[in-house]
Amino acid sequence: MSLRLQNVIKRFGDFTAVDHLTLEIPEGEMFGFLGANGAGKTTTFRMILGLLDPTEGEITWNGEPIDYASSHLIGYLPEERGLYPKLKVKEQLIYLGRLRGLGKPAIIKEMEHWLERFKVPDYANKRVEELSKGNQQKIQFIASVIHKPKLLILDEPFSGLDPVNVEQLKEAVIDLKNAGTTIVFSSHRMEHVEELCEHLCIMHRGKPVVHGTLKEIKRSFGKKNVVIHADFPLNDLHEFPGVVKAKTTAEGIHLQIENEEISQRILSHIAGKGFIRKFALEEPSLNDIFIEKVGASYE
Amino acid sequence: MNKFWIVLAHTYFTKLKSKSFLITTMITALLVFGVANLNHIIEFFSDDETKTVAVIDKTNKLYEPLKAQLKTSGKKDIDLQMFKGTEEKAKEKVQNGEWQAYVVLGYDDKQLPKAAYYAMTVADSDTLLQLEHALQQIKTTLATAKIGLSPEQVKELYEPVVFDKVALEKNAKTEEELNQARSLVYILLFAIYIFVIMYGNMITMEVATEKSSRVMEILISSASPVQQMFGKIFGVALLSLTQFILLFVIGYTSIKGNSEMTSIFGFEQIPVATLVYAVVFFLLGYFLYATLFALLGSLVSRIEEVQQMITPVTLLVVAAFFIAMFGLSDPEAPFITVTSFIPFFAPMIMFLRVGMLNVSIWEVALSIGLLVATISFFAYFGAKVYRGGVLMYGKTTSFKDIKKALQLTKK
Repeated sequence: MSLRLQNVIKRFGDFTAVDHLTLEIPEGEMFGFLGANGAGKTTTFRMILGLLDPTEGEITWNGEPIDYASSHLIGYLPEERGLYPKLKVKEQLIYLGRLRGLGKPAIIKEMEHWLERFKVPDYANKRVEELSKGNQQKIQFIASVIHKPKLLILDEPFSGLDPVNVEQLKEAVIDLKNAGTTIVFSSHRMEHVEELCEHLCIMHRGKPVVHGTLKEIKRSFGKKNVVIHADFPLNDLHEFPGVVKAKTTAEGIHLQIENEEISQRILSHIAGKGFIRKFALEEPSLNDIFIEKVGASYE
Repeated sequence: MNKFWIVLAHTYFTKLKSKSFLITTMITALLVFGVANLNHIIEFFSDDETKTVAVIDKTNKLYEPLKAQLKTSGKKDIDLQMFKGTEEKAKEKVQNGEWQAYVVLGYDDKQLPKAAYYAMTVADSDTLLQLEHALQQIKTTLATAKIGLSPEQVKELYEPVVFDKVALEKNAKTEEELNQARSLVYILLFAIYIFVIMYGNMITMEVATEKSSRVMEILISSASPVQQMFGKIFGVALLSLTQFILLFVIGYTSIKGNSEMTSIFGFEQIPVATLVYAVVFFLLGYFLYATLFALLGSLVSRIEEVQQMITPVTLLVVAAFFIAMFGLSDPEAPFITVTSFIPFFAPMIMFLRVGMLNVSIWEVALSIGLLVATISFFAYFGAKVYRGGVLMYGKTTSFKDIKKALQLTKK
């Protein structure tokens, strides 16, 4: 059981929105989709859902193309949030749930469970327009998971939420993953992806520029970060051979270096010059990788 | 359950329960009930007040005959009073509201009655006309007596001419039947017009609301756009039939229970065929326009853009209605015959023809056939546009977007 995209291309007239995308997402994995605005994330999701047909290539779930016959297996939280403003939460969820093939009693049971979990049990009989934006988002999340989908697609699930709600939603997503749901989600918040995903893919202008597990990606990136806090000036490190980037901070300096070796040379270079309060060799953050991969081709 | 039925049931029941639907249905029902009982309502408001009119009879011979004449005409709301005073006095009494008016009766130079009517305003034409009419009768009697005609001769003189109208075509409707058909057809045409516009708009608003509130993306990922579009169209059709039947039953029973109105509307014998045709043509018209309205609704990203998008289509419905109104007075005009085959006009104009004339069955079949073909085409085309249209956001300005929407559904 896996979601497989094979050489998928999508063109709108002359514009290529998705260019030769090949992915395989194993069952029960959480897959992160990163990309700047307009990188082709939403188009890819729409193709996975069958709302758009790929110009070339194919998309299969368990070896079969996804269409409306399998819509009860799939959950989708679109990037643009929206529900019927005039309908009550309960009516709303019943309608959307039934469209996903669930019966009314089961929907009500699930709804109560989820509203309880999000600590808003009294919302069932409120109209959506009365709720705050963050709470509407929770309701929409419930709508996308109420039928216990096997494949869940979340387009920017955490955008616009306060930190408490982000935590609540994150926990819910992790629980769903542990229950065996395959989850694909997109974000431009690197820390969320770093925290949640084993697999990820960075899209840029329709092309996957980085693709693999988080560990592999970090390892193959090669470059490391060095953080130094010291009482003496470190400005000469800007020009140190092997340093790719340097940024002076209040307490010292952040360096990006070509490989681990460089760090030792830096250490011996600054040793004895004064008091060093901190010297740390760190893994590159996803943010660094993203900026490097996507930012580089902007230039 | 098939998703088509889920969408249909959802559309139907949410709309049925909505306040706006309940209120419009109630108001329309009251209106229908009111029109059906118009005569009672008019009576209720105008029964009691008798108007006092003073008479200054300079001849001393005309007052009694006038009073008698008014009595025989059966109207009792005018109270005639003899007044012996001066005109000045009479004028005062009218001015201070004691009397409605005063009439000065006299003879002209041929010794025939003449009168002058004085009132604060002469807008109350009913009182005035009754008096004038009564005096006219007296004058006729006097004048004919003067030239020596017997009452029999007078009667003969005023008897209306016998003028029969006979249509030679078999089954052709008599003038009387045509008049009766006309009012029923008029009412039903009006109903078709209002219903097509109202429910067509409802479809566009439904689709546009789903799009502008962005719930559409969840919907189209759960059920195919085609199922959704037709579920909605049929759900609203069911809603319109519910309202139509409700209003018809209220209107029909209250007019039937009111014999005076029955004859005014010519409802003594309602041709069942006309009613069946009305429902059939309404549904066909509705489906044709609803698919168009749904298609346009799918292109709109904000509610505010709905009106400018659907105006051209609304104008088509209005045009059909005006042609039909013209056809009411001349249903056999060649122009009407031609337009009754044009699908956009056919629902109203072919209905007008079958309601007023005896149209051969093949003509009706051809018109319906063309309509069904057009509906199928627009349903197919509309479903394609809808599928792409619901994914498009941004400024919607014109029909160019149809092309864009179609492109989206391609590979």
